Amino acid sequence: MDKIPKMKITILSAFLTLLLLMLGSCDSCQERKETVKEPALEEPGEPAYGDTIVVGSIGDASNLLPPLASDSASFDIIGLVYNGIVKYDKDLKIVGDLAESWDISPDGLEIIFHLRKGVKWHDGVEFTAEDVMFGYRKIIDPNTPTAYASSFEEVKEAEILDKYTFKVTYKEPFAPGLASWGNLVVLPQHLLEGEDITKSPLTRSPVGTGPYRFVEWKTGEKIVLEYNPDYFEGRPHIDRYLYRFIPEQATMFLELKAERIDEMGLTPLQYRRQTNSPDFLQKFNKYRYLSFGYTYLGYNLLEPKFQDIRVRHAISSAINKQDIVDGVLLGLGRVATGPFKPDTIWYNPEVKRYPYDPEKARALLEEAGWVDTDGDGILDKEGEPFSFTIITNQGNEQRKKSAEIIQRNLKEIGIEVKIHIIEWAAFINDFIDKKNFEAVILGWSLDPDPDQYDIWHSRKTKFKEFNFISYKNPEVDDLLVKARHTMDPEERRKYYFRFQEILAEEQPYTFLYVAESLPAIHSRFKGIEPAPAGIGYNFIEWYVPKHLQKYTK
Amino acid sequence: MLQYLSKRLLQMIPLLLGITIITFAVIRLAPGEPTDLQTQLNPKVTVEAWERLRAYYGLDKPLYRQYLDWLWRLLRLDFGRSFSQDNRKVIDKIAERLPITIGLNVLSMLLIISIAIPIGVLSATHQYSFFDKFTTVFVFIGFAIPTFWLALLLMILFGVNLGWLPISGLKSLDYESLSFLGMMTDRAKHLILPVFVAAFGGLAGFSRYTRSNMLEVIRQDYIMTAKAKGLSENRVVYKHALRNALLPVITILGLSVPSLIGGSVIFETIFAIPGMGQLFFHSVMSRDYPVIMGILVLGAVLTLLGNLLADICYGVVDPRIRLEGRKG
Repeated sequence: MDKIPKMKITILSAFLTLLLLMLGSCDSCQERKETVKEPALEEPGEPAYGDTIVVGSIGDASNLLPPLASDSASFDIIGLVYNGIVKYDKDLKIVGDLAESWDISPDGLEIIFHLRKGVKWHDGVEFTAEDVMFGYRKIIDPNTPTAYASSFEEVKEAEILDKYTFKVTYKEPFAPGLASWGNLVVLPQHLLEGEDITKSPLTRSPVGTGPYRFVEWKTGEKIVLEYNPDYFEGRPHIDRYLYRFIPEQATMFLELKAERIDEMGLTPLQYRRQTNSPDFLQKFNKYRYLSFGYTYLGYNLLEPKFQDIRVRHAISSAINKQDIVDGVLLGLGRVATGPFKPDTIWYNPEVKRYPYDPEKARALLEEAGWVDTDGDGILDKEGEPFSFTIITNQGNEQRKKSAEIIQRNLKEIGIEVKIHIIEWAAFINDFIDKKNFEAVILGWSLDPDPDQYDIWHSRKTKFKEFNFISYKNPEVDDLLVKARHTMDPEERRKYYFRFQEILAEEQPYTFLYVAESLPAIHSRFKGIEPAPAGIGYNFIEWYVPKHLQKYTK
Repeated sequence: MLQYLSKRLLQMIPLLLGITIITFAVIRLAPGEPTDLQTQLNPKVTVEAWERLRAYYGLDKPLYRQYLDWLWRLLRLDFGRSFSQDNRKVIDKIAERLPITIGLNVLSMLLIISIAIPIGVLSATHQYSFFDKFTTVFVFIGFAIPTFWLALLLMILFGVNLGWLPISGLKSLDYESLSFLGMMTDRAKHLILPVFVAAFGGLAGFSRYTRSNMLEVIRQDYIMTAKAKGLSENRVVYKHALRNALLPVITILGLSVPSLIGGSVIFETIFAIPGMGQLFFHSVMSRDYPVIMGILVLGAVLTLLGNLLADICYGVVDPRIRLEGRKG
């Protein structure tokens, strides 16, 4: 159950947030400098309308009503069918989507959205502020089984000023607030009013305002979308979008080679070793860019031996992170130094690093009292050998391999590591939620918004919360709260820079790597321009020159 | 007969009830809940949201209460709604996959029977011949080869290198635009690899079974008698011996009724076939209790019915155990 790197950027700001990466690589965004495009042999030709793109996905979608969905396949579709009020542009700046503009009051408490006029739902009914209000009410309704209510619960009051003007007032200035008005909250009121939205037909046949209209969904097989001729940003060039579910990576790759699908995310092995024939490179373009997520080794800080900062420093120095990047990702990624994606404005490049240095690690451990007194090759202290278990979830090869490299690295300095791989539901329920672990390898996927309150604040250490390593630092708490309530990006950035310095110094996680997304796309598709936001942000401008079109009706 | 039937059917009720209680209990013993998967360690999900989700699914009630609720709905033939995000009716989720799985299984079963029985008979009548040894090795290779590996090799050969057959799925992307004949050939082409792979793995059991039964039967006195009477070898083997040798096969067929609805996860995953195996696997992994229970109840009912059917058929084909004979 490999999760595929998400290739379409879905405007889902509110949302991509720090979802846990179930499987190593992921996500939509990419970086300009890191992007390497291996050129196809054909010329771009003239933009034209027509053709179909067939996208391979490992998972089937589950629910196409935005507040009820929570998997990347569903959001790939939702991103093309629905619009948000705002979205991220190619440089990850927030721009209007269904909003033409907005005003934020000087105290940062109020946002007034001026909505586009004349936008139509796919069934022809006009979109108005009522639809925004309806969506907002549904998402905070306790009867709606949605996972995304929390940023909307910061809203004190929402009101409709007129048909095209919508105003929200926050309890206190809330920096992630603006971005949260993405495409989770705009729902067609005229189709959902008075219904139990969980049982609405729209969960399976969505009606949005977006560039593509829903055509059909064959469970476990495919979803078909067709262009929306009246799309307010202009007619998309590619006529049809076909999303095919192929649950096995190997099968999908064969389908790609046989040109029966046009786009899929490659594994590092496929990228490096199986896609370099001239034939393949002529048929496909490969892209690579940093994904929005990182993998880490987290320590349970309730464990006495990990409470000693020297021990954490020692382990961080003993792990050869470059080896992991080279061995696990075949070099298609980079060493992580903190919880932000390198080369975003939030990333602090100047933090303390822990280059591979087993000598230093041994010295630190000795200083902390860990010496091999009985000569069995394993350090001990007060008669207790230094041994711990790393747990990680089943189904993620990259994490498993990382654990094996760490096991070897740490054995060299006299620490015995056991690896325990656990099926997901049991992993979360019995180990993470109950804090029943010593160390864990996991990943977070990141949102363009830098708020990480839920992962690092000391109040978030309770049952089912996300600071499950029990990290506590009053200064970090303070910085996270301040950054969250600061509307000025420059000031916010300073807080996050300091926050990264502290994390780097304290090493509550050993940050391991940021993987790259590795999509391959058929070379007849032109107009793909990698940017910090990924490649999907301008999907409606992708085109196939007339003479190269493959699927003509 | 009717009396016997109704008695057997009545006996099934407590049995089924027992099965549901045990399965209900067992799946709850597995750690984790459907909500764990839905919230996926997403930091935007607060504990309150998680509790609301639990309450929404009724997971906050005591276990016996949940079971009784479920049973009460089942009595009205309502399998409930899935706990996954799609929130669809369990019966719909099963209904859209069942025909695919049954179709594939029936096809491969027919293929298995039509190949395995002749193999079995011939290797019995020509015991220790080259044919016997060759087919023995052949069927065991089929049995031993991992499905996914064979499937991948065949896909590379026929799908990528030769380009003769589609790689995965059940229909081409342009299926709807094809003529009727085109649709049929398209379907057939998509079925060749999966049916072959499924059948290849299943040959061993059936052919070996036929072979050993046949060997036993042709040593019986009545076969000797038939031969002594001067009947032709073919008539002896196919008319007298085969019929008796195939009797136990009915039991196997009866027992394979439930397996007709259970697909194989690996097989379906590699061929991207949306069948029951994947549905069951994913519902177990996501702790989608109503779907798990729905499929298991269906499987239990079919197993019991399959047994009953086998017993009845036995009576029909084997006069020695015909029920009427026991009357009085």
